[in-house]
Amino acid sequence: MSDLHGLYQEVILDHNKKPHNFRAMAEANRRAEGFNRLCGDKVTIFLKMDGEQINDVSFQGSGCAISTASASILTDAVKGKTRAEAESLFQTFHDLVTGHDGGNGKKPQPAPLGKLAVFSGVSEYPARVKCASLAWHTLRNALQGSQELVSTETEEQIPGEIR
Amino acid sequence: MATTHHEVLSPAIDAPQTGSLDVYKIREDFPILKQKVNGKPLVYLDNAATSQKPQVVLDALSHYYTADNSNVHRGVHELSQRATKSYEDVRAKVQHFLNARESREIIYVRGTTEAINLVAMTHGRNNIGAGDEIIITAMEHHSNIVPWQLLCEEKGAVLRVAPINDNGELRLDELEKLINPRTKFVAVAHVSNALGTINPVRQIVELAHRANVPVLIDGAQAAPHIRIDVQALDCDFYTLSSHKIFGPTGVGVLYGKAALLEAMPPYQGGGDMISSVTFEKTLYNVIPYKFEAGTPNIAGVIGFGAGIDYVNRVGLEKIAAYEHELLTYATEQLATIPGLRIIGTAKEKAAVLSFVLEGVHPHDAGTILDQEGIAVRTGHHCAQPVMNRFGIPATTRASLAFYNTREEVDALVRGIKKVQEIFA
Repeated sequence: MSDLHGLYQEVILDHNKKPHNFRAMAEANRRAEGFNRLCGDKVTIFLKMDGEQINDVSFQGSGCAISTASASILTDAVKGKTRAEAESLFQTFHDLVTGHDGGNGKKPQPAPLGKLAVFSGVSEYPARVKCASLAWHTLRNALQGSQELVSTETEEQIPGEIR
Repeated sequence: MATTHHEVLSPAIDAPQTGSLDVYKIREDFPILKQKVNGKPLVYLDNAATSQKPQVVLDALSHYYTADNSNVHRGVHELSQRATKSYEDVRAKVQHFLNARESREIIYVRGTTEAINLVAMTHGRNNIGAGDEIIITAMEHHSNIVPWQLLCEEKGAVLRVAPINDNGELRLDELEKLINPRTKFVAVAHVSNALGTINPVRQIVELAHRANVPVLIDGAQAAPHIRIDVQALDCDFYTLSSHKIFGPTGVGVLYGKAALLEAMPPYQGGGDMISSVTFEKTLYNVIPYKFEAGTPNIAGVIGFGAGIDYVNRVGLEKIAAYEHELLTYATEQLATIPGLRIIGTAKEKAAVLSFVLEGVHPHDAGTILDQEGIAVRTGHHCAQPVMNRFGIPATTRASLAFYNTREEVDALVRGIKKVQEIFA
């Protein structure tokens, strides 16, 4: 059972029950939607950008505990960060949940994990990587101002293409 | 092989928990069931997605490739004749399995999905035009929705959907109201994959035929559980997939009434579907070959035949009775779990248990159950409109086969309780 506790850590279960920044944001100036066709998870990320700075971030949607907690912790993690810092966190998170060490030397120095470390168990569950990364892919789209619907399907089918 | 299975069945008569079917002996025929998953004995409850294969099916595949591999309908040589005979013998087996009038009414396809697409793109294209209407139901699998949507888009036809009630039963009265002079086709599931509902297909055919409307029955979920008699049903088309009836993947059947099949244009062009080809004019082969272009899945068809033989030896009536008993037991056991709601509570139901757990997303339940060695499906089951009808994004689905046991149902119940503990 220690396996499962690696995936469903207390922090994840808490965020699932009481997600942070779970609201629509009327004053958002960036917004993107993500959808996981396989399990039906949906997430919308709202951003209030001030130049390069993420002044506020929130989300709405429905999904499993992993995807809900991931979105919730994401909002805590990127609030007040710059676009570049958020990108760096995306890489860090992505490497963490896919189990890639990420070391090809060309990439920027990975950001410190902080609270994201609770997702370290996800890499043991390949079927759940999409759940954990949906909100992050959606955030990235919002940061890039892309209005396209994010689907984690295609990316996970071609491992490695994401970076 | 045959003797083995008679032996399997004969001592089972007085097996206590299973009526006339000895599930523990049956399980011996399915080598895959013997394994452990995540350190626990595998509890395979995803039979509506695909069924497991008995040793006789594996042997048939192996024997074909080891001894008879050759192309069909072509060679004068011994191997080709053997392959052709085995392949065509299965057509007669399927004919009897469905009680079709003639074996030429049995067309091999890749599966139910291809069968429905075939009908939509041949019969549909020829007979359905702008403003015409096609009726389906609210519980269809995507494969019995999308081919008709494609046809409607192409022709300017209209898709009408007969609703279901809160138990997941078809509103037959509403379906009847939808039938009008513009109605040109009805396509319905025999058994719903997401809800388990068994539809009153005989009555549906009757209603449609009163208006001279042909009916296709998607039998993918019915064929492993219910005795099918296409003549008694009087349906115009019936479709099924081998892999759900303990046979290999990549093989399915389209049954069609001969007159309808003969009037339909070919689906794909190529070898085997022609009787003569010149650059000026090609004459098509007779049915069923007109619809079987190219080298087919010969091994798969032969394996499918072995699967049908196996089911016949066990007996579909025994299978149905056993599964019904198991479904009743599982429904009772799940009902004791607080916070669990079964989605799909039709009176007439196949052994499918779709459910939601309060405060737990199905995807999380599926992962935790998997850690217990229990294989269930989670998600929308390729039936998103059904999920929308019940206002839920997804369910956890346990679908039973005749090799499942009460102990496995108990393991599921324990697994669900573990899920609830983690999410308490």
